Amino acid sequence: MLRRRLNRLLGGDERRVDSRTIYVGHRSSSPGEPIIKFCDNRIVSSKYTVWNFLPKNLFEQFRRIANFYFLIIFLVQVIVDTPTSPVTSGLPLFFVITVTAIKQGYEDWLRHKADNEVNKYPVTVLEQGERTRKDSEKIKVGDVVEVEEDETFPCDLILLQSSRDDGTCYVTTASLDGESNHKTHYTVSDTEKDLETLNATIECEQPQPDLYKFVGRMHIYKNDQEPVVRSLGPENLLLKGATLKNTQRIYGVALYTGMETKMALNYQGKSQKRSAVEKSINAFLLVYLCILVSKALVCTILKYVWQSRPGQDEPWYNEKTQRDKETNLYLKMFTDFLSFMVLFNFIIPVSMYVTVEMQKFLGSFFITWDKDFFDPEIKEGALVNTSDLNEELGQVEYVFTDKTGTLTQNNMEFIECCIDGFQYKYRDASSELDGFCVADGPVNKVQEKAGRAKEELFLRALCLCHTVQVKEPTEQGPVDGLMDQVDAGVPHPPQEQRGFIASSPDEVALVKGAMRYGFTFLGLESRNMKILNRNNDVEMYELLHVLTFDPVRRRMSVIVRSNSGDTLLFCKGADSSIFPRVRQEEVERIRMHVERNATEGYRTLCVAYKYLSAEEFAQADAGLMEARLALQNREEKLLAVYNQVETDMSLIGATAVEDRLQEEAAETMEALQGAGIKVWVLTGDKMETAKSTCYACRLFQRSTELLELTVRTLEDGGRKREERLHELLLEYHKKAVQDAPPLKGGITRTWSSETQDYGFIIDGATLSMVLNSSSESNSSRYKSLFLQICQNCTSVLCCRMAPLQKAQIVKMVKNSKGNPITLSIGDGANDVSMILEAHVGIGIKGKEGRQAVRNSDYAIPKLKHLKKLLLAHGHLYYVRIAHLVQYFFYKNLCFILPQFLYQFFCGYSQQPLYDAAYLTMYNICFTSMPILAYSLLEQHICIEVLLDNAALYREIAKNGMLRWRPFLYWTLLGVFHGLLFFFGVRYLFSNPALQDNGQVFGNWSYGTIVFTILVFTVTLKLALDTRHWTWINHFVIWGSLLFYVFFSFFWGGIIWPFLKQQRLYFVFANMLSSVSAWLVIILLILLSLLPEILLVVFRKPRGPNSRQTAAVTPLSYKHLKAGQ
Amino acid sequence: MAKQAPDFANRPDNTAFTQQRLPAWQPMLSAGIVIPGFVLIGLAFIGIGVALLVTSQSIQVFEMDYTGVGNNHPCFHCSDPKPKPCVCKLNFTIDFFLKGPVFFYYGLSNYFQNYRKYSVSKDDDQLSGNLKNFESPSDTCSPYQRDNNKPIVPCGSIANSMFNDTFKLYQNVNATMKPVNFDGKGIAWWTDYNIKYRNPDTTPLRNAFNNTVKPIFWPVPAYELDPKDPANNGFINQNFLVWMRTAALPDFRKLYARINDPPYAEGLPAGSYMLEIQYNYPVLAFGGTKKVVFSNVSWMGGKNDFLGIAYLVIGTLCVLMSIVMLIVYAKFKFPEED
Repeated sequence: MLRRRLNRLLGGDERRVDSRTIYVGHRSSSPGEPIIKFCDNRIVSSKYTVWNFLPKNLFEQFRRIANFYFLIIFLVQVIVDTPTSPVTSGLPLFFVITVTAIKQGYEDWLRHKADNEVNKYPVTVLEQGERTRKDSEKIKVGDVVEVEEDETFPCDLILLQSSRDDGTCYVTTASLDGESNHKTHYTVSDTEKDLETLNATIECEQPQPDLYKFVGRMHIYKNDQEPVVRSLGPENLLLKGATLKNTQRIYGVALYTGMETKMALNYQGKSQKRSAVEKSINAFLLVYLCILVSKALVCTILKYVWQSRPGQDEPWYNEKTQRDKETNLYLKMFTDFLSFMVLFNFIIPVSMYVTVEMQKFLGSFFITWDKDFFDPEIKEGALVNTSDLNEELGQVEYVFTDKTGTLTQNNMEFIECCIDGFQYKYRDASSELDGFCVADGPVNKVQEKAGRAKEELFLRALCLCHTVQVKEPTEQGPVDGLMDQVDAGVPHPPQEQRGFIASSPDEVALVKGAMRYGFTFLGLESRNMKILNRNNDVEMYELLHVLTFDPVRRRMSVIVRSNSGDTLLFCKGADSSIFPRVRQEEVERIRMHVERNATEGYRTLCVAYKYLSAEEFAQADAGLMEARLALQNREEKLLAVYNQVETDMSLIGATAVEDRLQEEAAETMEALQGAGIKVWVLTGDKMETAKSTCYACRLFQRSTELLELTVRTLEDGGRKREERLHELLLEYHKKAVQDAPPLKGGITRTWSSETQDYGFIIDGATLSMVLNSSSESNSSRYKSLFLQICQNCTSVLCCRMAPLQKAQIVKMVKNSKGNPITLSIGDGANDVSMILEAHVGIGIKGKEGRQAVRNSDYAIPKLKHLKKLLLAHGHLYYVRIAHLVQYFFYKNLCFILPQFLYQFFCGYSQQPLYDAAYLTMYNICFTSMPILAYSLLEQHICIEVLLDNAALYREIAKNGMLRWRPFLYWTLLGVFHGLLFFFGVRYLFSNPALQDNGQVFGNWSYGTIVFTILVFTVTLKLALDTRHWTWINHFVIWGSLLFYVFFSFFWGGIIWPFLKQQRLYFVFANMLSSVSAWLVIILLILLSLLPEILLVVFRKPRGPNSRQTAAVTPLSYKHLKAGQ
Repeated sequence: MAKQAPDFANRPDNTAFTQQRLPAWQPMLSAGIVIPGFVLIGLAFIGIGVALLVTSQSIQVFEMDYTGVGNNHPCFHCSDPKPKPCVCKLNFTIDFFLKGPVFFYYGLSNYFQNYRKYSVSKDDDQLSGNLKNFESPSDTCSPYQRDNNKPIVPCGSIANSMFNDTFKLYQNVNATMKPVNFDGKGIAWWTDYNIKYRNPDTTPLRNAFNNTVKPIFWPVPAYELDPKDPANNGFINQNFLVWMRTAALPDFRKLYARINDPPYAEGLPAGSYMLEIQYNYPVLAFGGTKKVVFSNVSWMGGKNDFLGIAYLVIGTLCVLMSIVMLIVYAKFKFPEED
């Protein structure tokens, strides 16, 4: 604060480096001044050019630790004399790198194309009074650009001149934030003259990404007069990417160009969220890396121990080369170590990353394709913004949901109002023309009405105090059209034809509500608001100021001047923000209604007004103008002025608007709770409304004991808030945590019907007290108490939350003990922070624009889709990828273990057991497809059952399939199989005469037998695990095995001219000619799988879920019908 | 559906694949399948195991170590590497009729043919008769690539260390030594003999070897390996081929010859024999042993009880498991069993 003030005193306002000065049309007032170069208007979203693609892409790819590791292995193979040729690791690496490079190159080519389309787009620029056509990329800052209707703006422009008379233009920002309504932008006053002589400079902030924030000012120089200063705000700024609508042409001066436009600044990579599965993979990788290193170390040490025995180091038949003899012993040890590393490096498979990425990428299509997610209303299905988090959907422990638009439809309907303490309930449209005095009432016990003057004042307030636009029905422009109708004496244009557009649906509901009572808002024309009153007269009000709504003030106001010259301020807002600002004697009459409405689940707003005297207005006007001109702290200054103006008002009445629950909101919430997920409602709404929504959604039940920690409970007892907070926290903690029976895992509900349910309610103010307690020690203590209470409650409701507080809560839970997986779901801009903060962010394609959707990881049309997204898709994806990961590690362990064991039988000479072709192809061809198919198609439990039994979701909670225990199981299985493969064949080879003609088999036959057993076993192991056999599974599993057999025949059937050593020539065919080899292959495959089969049999459903699972699993082979 | 179709261009396809509703079957390993399955597999395994074991037991083997350790051993005088050539004679008696055809193997132990640098030390191009590689053998052959700047053919450690003991078998019939003919054909893989290894087309063969030297360890050049049969020389000498197929484990045996000339085609009758060994191959230096094996073979190859026992054990285990399962199932009645 102090520094800011100092800054201002020192005139920092004028000399800030973080502002830029622009000369409109490049007409500098003082020619000597150097012209600062800004970047050109080229949009470069592409990452590469033709020249730097290869080096840059390779560099980026090798920055990934895995790729780098494989590169190192490859280089070691090239440099050091290693057992396997560099091809064995080079080929897979090359494959992976190439595939990735092609994908990225293609994406970049698309970006290039898109860039070119934008950059070469012809635009018209005014240069020295002439209109010249240019490519869009040639626009410089300061150019005056002409844009015609339905064109998009080529850069960020300040609107100078519009073809519309009132100096406005309409813009839609659909491509920027998805909001398709027309937004009005204004020209800078005083510039609508001749643009060629306009001599002005614009001083504005440096580019920043916030689409809705802009401050600047314009100095207009006119023939030696003092320059006129005008403030510039977001309403003057036309953003690149937005489209001009309903306006023939505009002129604007380029302000930010190219990569400095707000759109470009907003174009940033998606959030870098990493899933828990990925963390598990990394942990497992580390274990395997340790295994790898220790294997190599053991072999190296044993090699030198073994060699130290006489006669073993250099038997006469195997003399060393001259070079070998001369090499330094330690260097030899080191290269031996490296060789072993290379030999065993296949234990960390290069293909796993590719497979995991492919699984995620392809798997996410099933979400997009799901027709259950298709919403016929908005004609859209689900949207996947990132495929990295598919499996995280199956791990959610906490759901943070917004209320408005998420739990509720955000489809506002005007229910009733209360004027001066009298209730008006709108009943049908039966007697609309009779007006309002007689129309209401039957339900009301109070038959008296407020006076007609009060009624009309209230309705005028509703008609005036908003930022609603009238949707233009014809090409002519809205106001004209309506005027015509009115002039022609049409009393009421059919209501359906008139659409209202507003950023908040409440406002539309209110305006529509007023319309029902006879006051129709006709639109805004050159700062005049027109209202058609009950007598069909058009009333005009000059709109002087709009004191815009913001979530902190929670109210908005307009200042208008009526025809009679009175200056009026109308204000509407939440009761809590209005009541302190009106005369207290009026409050009581209305408060009753407001609270009753709130408990019924309605959204209530209070309406107040005040007459402004000329002086008051002048003062407010000056204050507002000054604040708007400020470049720094504009928001704060404005806020101060707003607060100053909005005082001493008189309360006229209150409105109640209903926000209906989303379809199946209650069922969805119940399912989530059944799945062991805790649902927290974070809303900006007031407590009563939110609470009633919670009851309606069955988040709170009648039996739920509510623990309230709100400003109201804090003020009970009349003591200091801090003390009371302390006391309450301890009390609730005792109740919910200490006295509660210990709960296992995340299980809270469903089984615990006999124990008491707790619901917790906290509001924003109290939350900030908890989080930012005065003393440090208290703060952390309160926080942990608060967390513990919340974690033991079934549902938590946080009301009166500012957007940032929502994120704070998510963050707090996210970082609490056990690091639970959190999911945020919301539809509005105020949910963006929590969507970004949570592990998984879900946007609802709702009515409050597309901001949430843009920032989300997944977007769904309706709340009800969350159930299937989590319970079915999430569950399946998790099971699939967990199995994929474990299986990959397993199959490579039992792949490499025999090779390791073989070292003990070949004098630790790094002799590979398998041929190079097998080493290379194992992970790429022989065993990759079945697991990929499995990880895309597996449904261990079918989708319907998953949806019906939410409790199944708990079975995989807490990363259940990727914890150390299952990992250990798979590792042991791999070790078991590896030992079996190797020693089974080794005992067979105690007599290598395996053919009936007495001929003997050599080492490559040995390796091929082991490899055949290996390929069959790991594939059949997967077949055993597959619970959902589609034709694709059949195809890839049997196809892979067949391919292996054919490949082996083929590979061994030809003398390959490019191979130096024809190691496998006819080895496979010869192997098949030996009965013993067949028998040992069958024996070892069966023996490896026997424990698996036994386990499957004995791991029959027992325990609480037995019946559900039993119902799922039929006795034998079951044919699921298509589309059942 | 029909009325919606035109409106919803971006409605997801309603196909079985996209909706994850492909027809599928769900294999369930229930007791009803597993128990009979186990019994069947178990019985089959026991059957195979019995057959294997019986076969393996019926294979007759006669082994003799001839490394020459110990003063009493007839080959002791040859185990000292200095005097070459050295012949030792091994008298032995076979107590049973060794049914033919009899295969004669030699075996080495602690001999690492699978040593990496050893097993790559050859030039397959050279061995397939490529004359270019006669002049310049591959680097992998080092240190047996060149000798005094002349290329070694066949080059490399494997070829150089080729087993070169020779054996002659005599049956002692009434104190006269009746030779038993060894047939050195058909001991190597057919593909090795006919395709993989080729002599150069040069005739006579020795001309191809001009300007090359024989492997250092060899007493004779490659084209003189078999003085009796000119077709069994060069790279397609069968003993050479057998040696070139490197063994998998350090204790191995290799086929030396078959005995299938009458009158021994039916087998070796019981009686006393004498094996005349030209003892050239040193093994004591690296702690190895040498042995000879007379054996007949069956459909499963040479004698090996391992497979039979393994099959029997696994088969029995399967049957036992199925009995245990039956008991468990009968007792606890799993829910889906009714």
